[in-house]
Amino acid sequence: MTETTLSAPAKPAKKSARPGTLALLLNNSLATGGLIVLALICLIALAAPILPLPDPDVTAPADRLKPIFSEDHLLGTDHLGRDLLSRLIWGSRVSLAVGLSATVIAAFFGSLLGLVAGYAGGRTDTIIMRGIDMVMAFPYILLALAIVAVLGPGLLNALYAIALVNIPFFARNIRGITLGLSRREFVDAARLSGKSPPQILFLEILPNVLPVIVITMSTTVGWMILETAGLSFLGLGAQPPQADLGSMLGEGRKILFTAPHVSIIPGLMIFALVMSINLFGDGVRDILDPRLRAGSLTRPVSRTAVERNKADIPAPSEKQGVLDVRQMRTEFQIGSSVYKAVGGVDLNLQQGECLGVVGESGSGKSVTAMSIMGLVPTPPGRIAGGAAYLEGEDLFAASDRRIRDLRGGSVAYVFQDPLSTLHPLFTVGAQLTEAITTHQPMSRAKARDKAIDLLSLVRIPNARERLDAYPHELSGGMRQRVCIAMALANDAKVLIADEPTTALDVTVQSQILTLMNGLRRERNAAILFITHDFGVVSAICDRVAVMYAGRIVETGTTDEVLNSPQHPYTAKLIECVPVLGEPERRLDAIEGRPPVVNNLPAGCAFADRCPHVQPACRQGEISLDMSSGTRGVRCLFPLTSGASA
Amino acid sequence: MSEMSQNKASQEALLTIEAVERIFGGERKLFGGHNPAVHAVQGLSLDVKKGETLGVVGESGCGKSTLARLVVGLDLPTSGTITFAGEDLTALARKDRNALARKVQYVFQDPVASLNPRKTIRTILEAPLKHLTDLNADGREQRLAELLQAVNLAPEFLERYPHEFSGGQAQRIGIARALAAGPELIVLDEPVSALDVSVQAQVLNLLDKLKDDFGLTYIFISHDLSVVESVSDRVAVMYFGRMAELGPAKEIFRHPLHPYTDLLMRSAPAPGRHDLMSEDASAELPDPYSPPAGCAFAARCGHKTEKCLAAKPAPDEAVSGAKHFAACYHPLGQA
Ligand SMILES: Nc1ncnc2c1ncn2[C@@H]1O[C@H](COP(=O)(O)OP(=O)(O)OP(=O)(O)O)[C@@H](O)[C@H]1O
Ligand code: SF4
Ligand code: SF4
Ligand SMILES: [Mg+2]
Repeated sequence: MTETTLSAPAKPAKKSARPGTLALLLNNSLATGGLIVLALICLIALAAPILPLPDPDVTAPADRLKPIFSEDHLLGTDHLGRDLLSRLIWGSRVSLAVGLSATVIAAFFGSLLGLVAGYAGGRTDTIIMRGIDMVMAFPYILLALAIVAVLGPGLLNALYAIALVNIPFFARNIRGITLGLSRREFVDAARLSGKSPPQILFLEILPNVLPVIVITMSTTVGWMILETAGLSFLGLGAQPPQADLGSMLGEGRKILFTAPHVSIIPGLMIFALVMSINLFGDGVRDILDPRLRAGSLTRPVSRTAVERNKADIPAPSEKQGVLDVRQMRTEFQIGSSVYKAVGGVDLNLQQGECLGVVGESGSGKSVTAMSIMGLVPTPPGRIAGGAAYLEGEDLFAASDRRIRDLRGGSVAYVFQDPLSTLHPLFTVGAQLTEAITTHQPMSRAKARDKAIDLLSLVRIPNARERLDAYPHELSGGMRQRVCIAMALANDAKVLIADEPTTALDVTVQSQILTLMNGLRRERNAAILFITHDFGVVSAICDRVAVMYAGRIVETGTTDEVLNSPQHPYTAKLIECVPVLGEPERRLDAIEGRPPVVNNLPAGCAFADRCPHVQPACRQGEISLDMSSGTRGVRCLFPLTSGASA
Repeated sequence: MSEMSQNKASQEALLTIEAVERIFGGERKLFGGHNPAVHAVQGLSLDVKKGETLGVVGESGCGKSTLARLVVGLDLPTSGTITFAGEDLTALARKDRNALARKVQYVFQDPVASLNPRKTIRTILEAPLKHLTDLNADGREQRLAELLQAVNLAPEFLERYPHEFSGGQAQRIGIARALAAGPELIVLDEPVSALDVSVQAQVLNLLDKLKDDFGLTYIFISHDLSVVESVSDRVAVMYFGRMAELGPAKEIFRHPLHPYTDLLMRSAPAPGRHDLMSEDASAELPDPYSPPAGCAFAARCGHKTEKCLAAKPAPDEAVSGAKHFAACYHPLGQA
C-alpha cells in the first residue's frame, strides 16, 4: 500500500493494493542490477569535477603506458602518459551527455513529426512519411558519416548526426500510435467540446503518447551512446585531446597488442554503460506495459494454477452428467487484495442440455467458464477450491497434457469475438484442418474433407470455396459460424459459449442461435451458454443459472425462472429488460452497483440493493436452497410467485 | 411517455436532411483510375421535429453512425444538404465548428473510450464550458455542479479519472459533457449498447428526464428494437445506407410495411419467447463495392418480384397514412 502511494503521490490511495512502480521494478532483478550499475556510473561521472583526479588532458611522456595498478595511476596511463582513470571518468561524462542529448533531440523532433503526421493524416502524413522513408533508405551509419563529413568532425556535429539518423525511428513509432489514438472516440469528443486541432494534439493525444516516448527513449539511449562512440572511434567525434569513450577506444586500437588495457578499459566501460541502460530500459518498458501493470509480476502461464485444499475436494453430485462443477472458487490476487471472482459455483450439465448462465457485467460468468478448462491467466488468477468433473474425471487434478488434449477436443469454447479465436494470417481451411489433425491423426486430404463437412454443418454456403477465405473476408456472422465449426471439429461433448452472439446483429444472432440449438439436438452435445440477455436465454436454454457477485443466486428451468423469479435480484433484472411491443412499460432500474468482489459483505451480497432486506440477511452464509431437483434460490425471503419485486 | 412528448413536439422541423450522400474512398489514384468507393449513406432525406425523439435502427454497417457523424459535423456529406433551424449545417461545420457544437452534441457508444484516460472528469467537463461558452471561472464551477446534479453524480467524482468509473457512470459523464454547452439537439449513438440491462434502464430514464427538463431533441441510434421502441416518437429503419422505412414508432412496430423491419422484429429475442425466426443462412448483405441495381434487400426478401430487381424503390414507394413511408414495392399488410 505504501508503495502505491509512494509512486503516485498526487492520486489518492486506491482501495486495491496494486504493486507500485518501484516495487515492480525492484522485482525485476536484471533491471535492478542495470539501475544500480547505471546510477553508479552516473554518480561518478557527475562527481568528476570534485573527485581528486589528475587533469585528463595533461600529457606526461615520461609516464607513458603504465600498466594497471601502478602507483598514482590506478588504471595506468595511455600512450601520452595521461591518467586512464581520469580520462575514463571524464570520457564517460562526455559520452553520457552526448548520448542523452542526442536522444532528447531525436525524441523531440521525431515525436513531433510523428504526432503531426499521425494526426493530420492525408497529404501532410504522406509528405512527412515519404521524407522519413528516404532518410531510412540509407544505411544508418553511412548516413551519420555523410552528415559529419558535411558538417566537419567534432563532438557537437557527431551529436547532431546521431540525433538526425534516429529521428525516423521515433517518428514512425509515434505516428503509428497517434494514428490509432486519433481515431478514438475521446478525440472526437474533444473536437465536439470545441478544442482546436493543436489543443487536441498536444493536450489530448500527447499525454497518451508520452509513455511510449519514454519507453522508446529508454530503449534507445544505449544505442545512441554506442553510435557516438562509433563516430569518435573513427575520429569523427570527440577531437583530441578531449576524451570520450569512443575516442579512447580509437587511440588504444593502435597499441592493442602492446598495451591492451588502454583499449580494454574504455571498451568495458562502454559495455557496462550500454548493458546497464538496456537492462534498465527493458525493465521500464515492462513496467509501463499495461498487462504487467495489472498486477502480475511474471508472464501468465498456460494453465490456471490450482491451489485447493486436498482434504476438501467435493465429490461428484449424484446427478453425474457430462460436466459437473462443484463448489468451484476462483480468485485473483492483485497486490495484497484477493478478488473472489467465483465464490463456490455448482453447475451440472446433462447430455444435450443447454444451461444458460446470466448476470451483469463482472458477476463472474466468464471467469466461471474459463476456470473449467484452466484458461484463467495465472498470475493473477488461481483456482482456490472445488472441482470440475468431466464424465467423472476431475479436471483440476488432470495433467497439463491431458488438459491440452481435452481443450478443443471434448470441451470446446466459442468466444464473443471470433477474431480473437481465428488467426488473421491463415485461411479458414488451414485453421480448421489444424484443429482436426491436432486431436485426430488423419491425412490432410481427409482432414480437408472433414473441414468441408463442418462448414456445411454450420450452414456456410459454398463450403469448398470458403475454405480458402481469410477471416477478414468473412462477415461477423460467418466468422462466428467458423468458430462454432472449429469447436465441433472433434465431437465436443461440452460446448462452452461465452456471449457468442453479443457482437452480432439481431438477424445474424437468431441464425446462430437456431444453428446452435439444432446442433446440440443432432450431436447431443451439452452447451454452457453464457449471456447477459434474457431474450437469448429464452430462445435456447433449457435451464438457467443467475449469477451475482461470483455466486449463483437462483437456478431453475428457463420458464420457471423467467415467469416466477424467486430471488429479488432476478426479478429486478427481468423488469429492467425493455420488451418489444410494450413501449409503455416503465423500465425499473436497480439502484446502486454490485459489490466489489475483494470486499464482499457478510451475508447476502445483494442486501444493499434489495427492497426486501431484513437484518437477518446480513448475517452469515446464505445457502442455495434447492426446492426441487432443478430449482434453487439463495435468499432468506424468496418471492412467492405472483408477488413482484 | 411517447404520447406526451408527441403532443409537445411541434411540427416545425429542427433538422432537415435532404438527399444526403456520403461516399468513402473513390479518390483518384496516382496513376489514373479511382479507388473503390463505398456509399455509406445514400439518398437520405428526413426531418427531425423540435422536441421529438427520432429513433434510428439498422444492422451494423447500414450507415447509422455515418449519419450521426454528419449531423454533428464530425464528417461532411459528399452531396446533399443538412439544415439546422434554417441554417446550412455543412457550411457552419466548415466555417465555425464551435457554433455548431453549441447547438448539436453527441453521446458516444463506448462511454469509457470517449473519455480521455489521462484527464480528470473535471478537465473533461470543463473543456466544452471553456471553449463553447463565455462563462468565467465561477460560472463554470457553478455549471459543473448543475451538470453533475442533472446526471445524478456525486461532486467528488470530479477529481477522479475515467478508469475509476463503471460503464453507467462513464456514460452519465458523457451525457453531462454533451449537455454542458446547452445544445438543442443531441445525437445519441448507441448510448446504452455497452451497458448492462440494469444500468441501461437507469440511463434511459435519465435521458427521458433530461429531455423534459431541458427541452431537448434527440436522435437515438440503436440496433436494439425494444430500446428504440421504448424511447422514440418516430423511427427510421435503415438498410444498406438507405432509408427502408420511416414512420411513427407505434405504427412501425405494430404494422411494419417493409419486409426488413418485419425481419428485424421477428429476429429480436425476448424473454419468454422460445421460437426464433431465422432466415436462410445464405442471405447475406449485398457487396458494398458492387451494389445491386434494384432493392438492396431483395436477396433476403421473400416477397421480391422482377420489379424489385430492376430498379430501386423510392423511399416513399409505399405510404400508409400521412406519416408512414417505406421503400418497398410490395409492402406488408397491404394488398
Ligand atoms: N485477468 C483478471 N485479473 C484480475 N481480475 C479479473 C481478471 N479477469 C476477471 N477479473 C475479475 O473477476 C470478476 C468477474 O469477471 P468476469 O469477467 O467473469 O465477469 P463477467 O460476468 O463475464 O462480465 P461480462 O458480462 O462483462 O463479461 C470481476 O470482478 C473482474 O474484475
Ligand atoms: S437474502 Fe435478504 S437481502 Fe438477500 S436477496 Fe433475499 S431478501 Fe434480499
Ligand atoms: S422492394 Fe421487393 S425486394 Fe425490396 S423489400 Fe420490397 S418486396 Fe422485398
Ligand atoms: Mg464475460
